[in-house]
Amino acid sequence: MSDLLRLATAGSVDDGKSTLVGRLLYDTKSVLADTLDAVHRASADRGLATPDLSLLVDGLRSEREQGITIDVAYRYFATPKRSFVLADTPGHVQYTRNTVTGASTAQLGVLLVDARKGVVEQTRRHAAVLALLGVPRLVLAVNKIDLVGFDQPTFARIAKEFTAHATALGYAEDAVVEIPVSALAGDNVVERSDRTPWYTGPTLLEHLETVPVEPDPHDAPFRFPVQYVIRPRTPEHPDYRGYAGLVAAGTVRVGDEVAVLPNGLRSTVTGIDTADGPLDEAAAGQSVTLLLEHDLDISRGDLIAAAAVPPTVTDELDATVCWLSEKPLAPGARVLVKHGTRTVQAMVTELRTRFDEQRLASTDAPASLALNEIGQVAVRTAEPIPVDDYTRNRRTGSFLVIDAADGSTLAAGLVGAPLPVLDGIDNDAADGHALVSPGP
Amino acid sequence: MTTTALDTLGRLESEAIHIFREVAGEFDRPVILFSGGKDSTLLLHLAIKAFWPAPVPFPLLHVDTGHNFDEVIEFRDRVVARHGLRLEVARVQDYIDDGRLAERPDGTRNPLQTVPLLDAITGHRFDAVFGGGRRDEERARAKERIFSLRNSFGQWEPRRQRPELWNLYNGRHRPGEHVRVFPLSNWTELDVWHYIAREGIELPSIYYAHHREVYLRDGMWLAEGPWGGPREGERLVGKTVRYRTVGDGSCTGAVESDAADIEAVIAEVAASRLTERGATRADDRLSEAAMEDRKREGYF
Repeated sequence: MSDLLRLATAGSVDDGKSTLVGRLLYDTKSVLADTLDAVHRASADRGLATPDLSLLVDGLRSEREQGITIDVAYRYFATPKRSFVLADTPGHVQYTRNTVTGASTAQLGVLLVDARKGVVEQTRRHAAVLALLGVPRLVLAVNKIDLVGFDQPTFARIAKEFTAHATALGYAEDAVVEIPVSALAGDNVVERSDRTPWYTGPTLLEHLETVPVEPDPHDAPFRFPVQYVIRPRTPEHPDYRGYAGLVAAGTVRVGDEVAVLPNGLRSTVTGIDTADGPLDEAAAGQSVTLLLEHDLDISRGDLIAAAAVPPTVTDELDATVCWLSEKPLAPGARVLVKHGTRTVQAMVTELRTRFDEQRLASTDAPASLALNEIGQVAVRTAEPIPVDDYTRNRRTGSFLVIDAADGSTLAAGLVGAPLPVLDGIDNDAADGHALVSPGP
Repeated sequence: MTTTALDTLGRLESEAIHIFREVAGEFDRPVILFSGGKDSTLLLHLAIKAFWPAPVPFPLLHVDTGHNFDEVIEFRDRVVARHGLRLEVARVQDYIDDGRLAERPDGTRNPLQTVPLLDAITGHRFDAVFGGGRRDEERARAKERIFSLRNSFGQWEPRRQRPELWNLYNGRHRPGEHVRVFPLSNWTELDVWHYIAREGIELPSIYYAHHREVYLRDGMWLAEGPWGGPREGERLVGKTVRYRTVGDGSCTGAVESDAADIEAVIAEVAASRLTERGATRADDRLSEAAMEDRKREGYF
């Protein structure tokens, strides 16, 4: 079992997400005394009778003033069983892009709903974003269960509706778990609640401690974006020439035959160096320096890959983009694409579809993509780049779309169509599905 | 050797090395902020590993408040010499001497570092500035990106932060802007100490228990020094103490401790019920959003 779980939270405004995260930190004793004192003082200053746990996490001045979370924050906590990196993302519609940020590295998504409101538009949107970004597992925390009198049928109805939505997004049923909680009172977050005797599943923390974590795929084809060429030119190392980078996927061993892309040259790995000494092999996640048999012209931006299973080298990409900028995307837009360690000029030649996360359907050829919209596009790059499909490799299948003028990040790009299952969904059937919130 | 999944420290080390190499590949004039404290010493250790066997391709910058612990300055200079590095120093004292900055009534110089820091960045045209900040230190720091864009006034604008996706860092910036880079973002205080132990990294001696004359102010044990203490009514007493952070002497407190070696320090940090900043940094107590306010001004 992995000792680390990376998770991202998501949920609508006022669903109590910051309180849930605060509760998780508080009940796992991850909050130290002085921090807690500060929260007690700040809560008292606001005239509150009990400490407002959301103040543990809402750190920005305007967040505390408005009582909402504006920006994604990262929290670290640990139990004897596991360490956790939690991306705490805002629920407000205008900050959905931060959900994309949190989801890009998450192994599990925790979605929150208010038990009085059930599954709402934001829940469906966030679940779709998590599915698209390849987050392997979901938890639905049905919060404020105390405010519906710990009513089992209410929970069951919400759980059923959410399961239907998640499975339509491609999740297996065992990858999705619903838990009735009260973040404010602490029911079923860390401590098991005796007020939900009908619930026999794990508490949120028990689930986080035991949920399987998909490991980095060491048996995937080897991928290594070259970050930097190390050439000391010192008396001790006059001829040293190493290619520094982080193994993005798979495993490399001394003696392996590799291809250097995009130019396609071949060589053999003669050494794997680190400052702590040479290795026989290196696997996904390791920063190393590769030495090759031939003196090739390799520089930052190249990709060293398993010669037998190379990625596709192309200058015509089919991709899905999550548009993260206020400036809308129109066909013909000139942008920069950062893929691995290479940044190339590119043009979005065609907007093919726009994904409607409410109806789980795609509409044809939109005129533009606005902030927070997701669509499939065609991209032409000024030079060929070596890519994998996102569903096969989250590292070499992902790219940034960058504004060449001001440098801002415009979009998250995913090679291919990571939600292919949706193409087969019959819209009428989706409408007929209980996907409409029953309301309070 | 057989490689399986990396352990936590191995994963954090790999990530930090990746960040150093990204900056080396994408920026023209990076610099590492180096105070001689444990986080910047760790930063330098990781930079050396990232480019081995080549030298670190960046200079160091120390913003010197003038209120230093002698042991730390001695350590700083020794480390710089040992690795053949270039050190730039921006001195708060110079600014006070020529009137560009005024001494604060409370005597602390930590907030005064911002102007010399920004001037040094502009003067040397540094475009990437590495810092040892960690997200576990403070709520506002928890919101910080690993690549954090600063405008031409050096300001952090939390509402305009770029989304940071996968491990694809966007270092684009316009002339005059720069990027603060935080390779230790995902480390906790305990990770830092475990790694220092694992790698055998030398630190200034004040991190370990020693005898020192200190006086009590606002619940913190401060050392005697040029920063104006003890004042009337404050009495020097001999204590066995150590430091959890190293900063301006006027606002960095010592903690009573017998932890004289690294194993004892790790045990103490693991058992502590106080954060390192809450325990020993007066400047973070000024207001609920003290850190955010200083970062908005351009502070680290």
